[in-house]
Amino acid sequence: MDLESEQREETEKHLNESRLTPVDPDMLHVSPEMAIAEADVALGPQSEFVRSTSLWQDAWRRLLKNKLAVFGLVVVILVTIFSVVGPPIIKRTLGFTPDYIPSNDVGLVKSFPPFTGPNGEFSWTHPMGTDNAGRDQLARVMQGGQISLFVGIIATLVSLLIGVTYGAIAGYAGGRVDDVMMRFVDVLYSLPYVIVVIVLLSMFRSQTARGQLVLLFISLGSVSWLTMARIVRGQVLSLKNQEFVLAARATGVSNAKIIFRHLVPNTLGPVIVYATLTIPQIMLTEAFLSYLGFGVQAPLASWGSLAADGVQNIAIFPWQLIFPGVTMALTLFSLNFLGDGLRDALDPQMRTV
Amino acid sequence: MTQNNGKLLEVKELRTYFDTDDGVVKAVDGISFALNRGETLGIVGESGSGKSVTNLSIIRLIPNPPGKIVSGEILFNGEDILLLPIDSVRKIRGRRIAMIFQDPMTSLNPFMRISRQLMEITQLHLGHTKSQAYEHAIGMLETVGIPDARARVDNYPHEFSGGMRQRVMIAMALSCQPELLIADEPTTALDVTIQAQILELIKKLKQETGTSVILITHDLGVVAGMTDNVIVMYAGNVFEQAKTSELFATPGNPYTKGLLRSVPDPTAEQGKLYQIPGLPPDVAHLKPGCPFAPRCERVEEICRREFPPYVQLNADHFSLCHFAQDVFAESRKGPEAVSQP
Repeated sequence: MDLESEQREETEKHLNESRLTPVDPDMLHVSPEMAIAEADVALGPQSEFVRSTSLWQDAWRRLLKNKLAVFGLVVVILVTIFSVVGPPIIKRTLGFTPDYIPSNDVGLVKSFPPFTGPNGEFSWTHPMGTDNAGRDQLARVMQGGQISLFVGIIATLVSLLIGVTYGAIAGYAGGRVDDVMMRFVDVLYSLPYVIVVIVLLSMFRSQTARGQLVLLFISLGSVSWLTMARIVRGQVLSLKNQEFVLAARATGVSNAKIIFRHLVPNTLGPVIVYATLTIPQIMLTEAFLSYLGFGVQAPLASWGSLAADGVQNIAIFPWQLIFPGVTMALTLFSLNFLGDGLRDALDPQMRTV
Repeated sequence: MTQNNGKLLEVKELRTYFDTDDGVVKAVDGISFALNRGETLGIVGESGSGKSVTNLSIIRLIPNPPGKIVSGEILFNGEDILLLPIDSVRKIRGRRIAMIFQDPMTSLNPFMRISRQLMEITQLHLGHTKSQAYEHAIGMLETVGIPDARARVDNYPHEFSGGMRQRVMIAMALSCQPELLIADEPTTALDVTIQAQILELIKKLKQETGTSVILITHDLGVVAGMTDNVIVMYAGNVFEQAKTSELFATPGNPYTKGLLRSVPDPTAEQGKLYQIPGLPPDVAHLKPGCPFAPRCERVEEICRREFPPYVQLNADHFSLCHFAQDVFAESRKGPEAVSQP
């Protein structure tokens, strides 16, 4: 046997061997020290720099870049402060509450234009004028704002609570349970919700103004959770097939914990966006109901009931409609801008679509 | 704990079917295997051969509907998991049988800090208090080689690289010192150097803790370096089962031979890569006969007619083939004989 053929045999053997164990992990072995060194380089020498920038911080930064959203946010905050802090300040400085009716009989007309005193002179006492009964319009608008925002927020929270729970359970359960639960939502969807609210409100009509308010929360909240349930269900449906849910199940986590600890926080982005857009929607519905006389009852006021009062005298006392109307429109615009901004901030991919 | 001849896990005649619009998909169709304490078992096969379904069946995570474990036994420490109430199964999951998944990018919850995800398991299974669980989490991260674990434990998953996330998954899986670790293609989504690190880590931790491992993969190189025994799956059946060294040296099944031949050879400069012709069969519409017959090189009339027998070649070498003995004999002496790795 000559040397050449021996060599060839050697190579062939070698080839066969390498085919057998093509990627021997030992050959590629990288020591843990090396791995750590690599990671250290990637992290930089000081690990103090490794501070978590959470998803929320990123979203907040994106939100601040959006001028309209920032405008909306500022206006909403100002209106909230204005409504909450305003009436006590007026009480302290000028000495009257929003429902204070002056008893002096100056004349037949008690509604003065803005910045006008009882005798037609310039006055700072009523910057927005007074209403038919002589109540200060500014204080009324502030107090109306309290009620309107309160109704919007509480009813949205009610709809959040019901909608998120219902949607998450339906989506996670899937199959027949999901079918039944969502068909029920479809049925409720097909009912005209304003009529449902009106029926609810007139059926359980409460004697006190506060009772009526609570009834308003419940009835508005209970019809506005439907879309929320659909949104959450859709999110959960796509999330529940992700591997982290399987991983959680494989570690023995119970279904309830998977839904509320793992899945619901992941739906939070769209839920927050939809909730901010629900607030103005509910405020508008509340105004509409108050306008029809089903909502907030005097002596409490909301922007809707103020506008309803104002519209009766629109030709003679236009300020009675203009001030609550403008304040409300401004707030609703701002909330919508904020909601749109939040959507862009929390879900940057959606913007390109 | 019932002792079972050193056998930690025994799967007998497991059948898992899926009801689809296209008919009944027999994802796993009567497979049996056993795993001894402290050993590593490799499961190889092409996509859709039933590897993952087998292992999801072991911890009863088959989505139902459409999936259903039709028959079989899964004896874990001699106890049939399939007969246990679901609450007891939940106590086994994560505590005694843990899993690592293929894609570390999606198997951590993006909205939860690493610490909370690690703490969840030990709080659940070991009854740790918050601070105990927190310290344990940091300890586990150190064990799996995350640098500066204390500083990083409160990070979110997106701040970790793929390899580090897989390390976190391993930390999570080993938190409660399970008796069995199922690694479902743990390195498929990682690049090659990280793959080696992760495999090395699993190997090291296995030696330290004495955990048994089932390693699912379609990378024969991984199997060669990591496992004691191998089963080769195809179309929901075990086609061959042997000691790792023996399977590589003297395969007793044409399918295994094909798989071994289709591993790319880094020393060959150019030239065509061998591939097994055809595609894996549609397990919803299996024809009678051997499922591999349409792609087999040495197919004969009988292969198309009759389902092959499960032939025992020696003490622990089995092959599902009509000609298992012939193939085995061939590869023991044949010209393209393959020597022991």
